[in-house]
Amino acid sequence: MTPTTLRDARGRFGPFGGRYVPETLVPALEELEEAYTRFSHDPAFQAELAGLLRDYAGRPTPLYFAQRLSDRLGVRVYLKREDLLHTGAHKINNALGQVLLAKRMGKRRVIAETGAGQHGVATATAAAMLGLPCDVYMGREDTERQALNVYRMQLLGARVIPVDSGTRTLKDAINEALRDWVTHVRDTFYVIGSVVGPHPYPQMVRDFQSVIGREARQQVLDREGRLPDAVVACVGGGSNAMGLFSAFVQDPSVRLVGVEAGGLGLHTGQHAASLTAGSPGVLHGAYTYLLQDDAGQVLGTHSVSAGLDYPAVGPEHAYLKETGRAEYVPVTDVEALEAFHLLAELEGILPALEPAHAVAYLPSLARQLRPGAVVVVGLSGRGDKDVDTVRKLETGT
Amino acid sequence: MSRLRELFNRVRVRGRPALMPFLEAGDPDFPVLERLIPALVEAGADALELGVPFSDPVADGPVLQRASQRALQRGVRLADVLEFVGRLRRSVDVPVALLSYANPLFRYGWQRFCQDAVAAGIDAVIPADLPADEAGPLVGAARSAGLDTVFLVAPTSSDARLRLAASASTGFLYCVSLTGTTGPRDHLSADARALLHRVREVTDRPAVLGFGIARPEHAVAVADLADGVIVGSALYRVLEEAPDPAAAAVEFVRGFAEALRRPVP
Repeated sequence: MTPTTLRDARGRFGPFGGRYVPETLVPALEELEEAYTRFSHDPAFQAELAGLLRDYAGRPTPLYFAQRLSDRLGVRVYLKREDLLHTGAHKINNALGQVLLAKRMGKRRVIAETGAGQHGVATATAAAMLGLPCDVYMGREDTERQALNVYRMQLLGARVIPVDSGTRTLKDAINEALRDWVTHVRDTFYVIGSVVGPHPYPQMVRDFQSVIGREARQQVLDREGRLPDAVVACVGGGSNAMGLFSAFVQDPSVRLVGVEAGGLGLHTGQHAASLTAGSPGVLHGAYTYLLQDDAGQVLGTHSVSAGLDYPAVGPEHAYLKETGRAEYVPVTDVEALEAFHLLAELEGILPALEPAHAVAYLPSLARQLRPGAVVVVGLSGRGDKDVDTVRKLETGT
Repeated sequence: MSRLRELFNRVRVRGRPALMPFLEAGDPDFPVLERLIPALVEAGADALELGVPFSDPVADGPVLQRASQRALQRGVRLADVLEFVGRLRRSVDVPVALLSYANPLFRYGWQRFCQDAVAAGIDAVIPADLPADEAGPLVGAARSAGLDTVFLVAPTSSDARLRLAASASTGFLYCVSLTGTTGPRDHLSADARALLHRVREVTDRPAVLGFGIARPEHAVAVADLADGVIVGSALYRVLEEAPDPAAAAVEFVRGFAEALRRPVP
C-alpha cells in the first residue's frame, strides 16, 4: 500500500476531505476505517488481493509505447493499459479490494453507485465471484445511455436500481446509495467507485488504485531508464488519476495533469469541470471542489462521457490543485470524440470516452514539452461500452 | 432565557413532550407558510423545525426530497429563508430551529449565517450532515452569535458519540428514532425507546425524537422519555394529499397535540 503521506489523522488532505455525513453513518465509517487499517497491514489479505488482481483481473497491465501516436505528436507516449483488465476498466482494482474487505468484515450485502456502468459492472463481478448479493444504483439517464452495462450487471446477478431523483445521473445515484446505506448500515457494505465520499473512502480507493501508478512507474523506468516528464489521466471523481499520480507525487520533476470534462465548453455552463470551474464546498461526505451556485446548491452537469458526469471531485485532487502539485485542464466533448477516433485509427485502440479526454489533451501538452519528452497516459477503460453512443452522435441513428 | 430553554423547562414541569412540526422553508410557498404556521401554533405546536432546501438531501426519504425540490424550483435560497423567519417573528413567538445540510451554510459563511440567523429570530441550527466532530467552525460561530446548536444522534451512535453530540448541543439533542432516512412509518421504531434511554444515561440535555413519527400514538409511546417529538414527512403526506392542505395540516397537528395532552393511562 502507498504510504498515506497526504492525509492527516482526521482524514483530510490539507483542508479537504473529512466526514460530512448524517450521524447514523459515522459509526459505520469508523468501523470501516478500523477494518481497512487492519487489513491493509494484514499479509494474508494483501496476498489474497494480489492473487485476485493477477489471476482474475489480469494484472500487471502492459505499458504500451504508442509509436504512431508518438510520431504524430513528437513526444514519446506510453499508454497504461487498464482497458485490458477484466471488465474493461481500472474499476475492478478497487471493486475487488472493497468487496474482499466487505467479506472479511462479515457484511452480508454490497451496494454500489455507477455512472457509466463500469464501477457497477466491476462491483457486480467481484460480488458474484466472492458470493455476495449486490445492488447497484444508477441514474435513469445513465441506464438509458449505458443500457448494455445494465444488462451486463444483471447477467452477473446484480440488481440495478434506476434513480429518478434530481439530475438522474451519477450524483443522484450516490445520494440514493447513501440513503440505502443509512437504512441498512449494520449489514451492508457500500462500495464507492471513486476517490470521493467521506473518510476513509478517498484514501482507501486511492490505495486500491495505486497499483496502476506503482506498475507504471517501474515499467517506464525499465523502458526509458528515467521518470516520465508528465503523467496524464482523466478526472471525474478521479480514481484512475489518483491511482496513477500516487506513484509520482513525490517526484517533483514529473508533471501531473488531470483532464476534466469540458462538455460543451466552460462558457456554456454545460460541463463537469469541478476543479477548473468550481469552488470549494461539501458534497457526498467530503469538503472538496464542486460545481455549485452562489447559494450552495449543487449544479447539474454535462459530459458526453457518463463516467465524468459528476459535479464534484475527490478531495485529494482538490489538495493537489491547491498546492499546485497537479494541474487540471478541461477538454470538450468534441475534442474527446476526436481523440477517440485518433487512437482508434493510429493505434487500433478504442478508448472509453473518459480516457479519450486524457488523450485529447496530448497535442496541447506536447507543444509545452521538449521534443522526445516522455508522457504516460492512463488509459483507464476500453471503448466498447461507448460505441453505441458515438455512433448515435455521429450518424444520428 | 432562550426560547428553547424556557420551552423545555416548561415541558419538564408539565410532563409532556413538546410538539415540533417540521416544515420545508418554501414549500408550501412563503405566503402560505406565513398563514399556516400561526395556525399550527394555535393548534398546539410548541416549536417549529424549519428545513433549508438542498439539492442533495441524503438524509431524507422521498416525501421530504419532493418538498425540498419544490422549494428549490421556487428559487428559495438560504437568504430568503432567513428573511422569511424575520417576517414570521411578527406573528409567531415559539422557538424556531433551522435544519440545513452543510453546504448552503458553508457557502453563506458560518459566521455570517449565525449572526443573520439570530437577527432573524432563529433559535437553533441543526446541521443534517455535520456530525459534531466536523462542526468546530459552526459551533464556534454559533456560540459567539448566541445561536443554539443541535446535533443528531442515531441508534448506531456509541455512548462516546452520544456524549460528544450532547456536549456540542445547546438547544436540545436530536434523537433519530431509526436507522434510515426521514419518512412516515407505520410503527414506531423498536430502536427509539432504547436510544432515548441511552441518551438519558449520558446527558440531561433535552432529548427530542424525530424520523418516522407519523401517528399520535407514536408520540404518546415516548411521552415519558422524550422532551419533544418532531413530525415532518407525515405532515407533508397530508399537505400533498388533502383537498384542503392547510386545514388538514392544522387538524393533523391538533390530533397530535390532543393525544399528548391526554393523561397517560
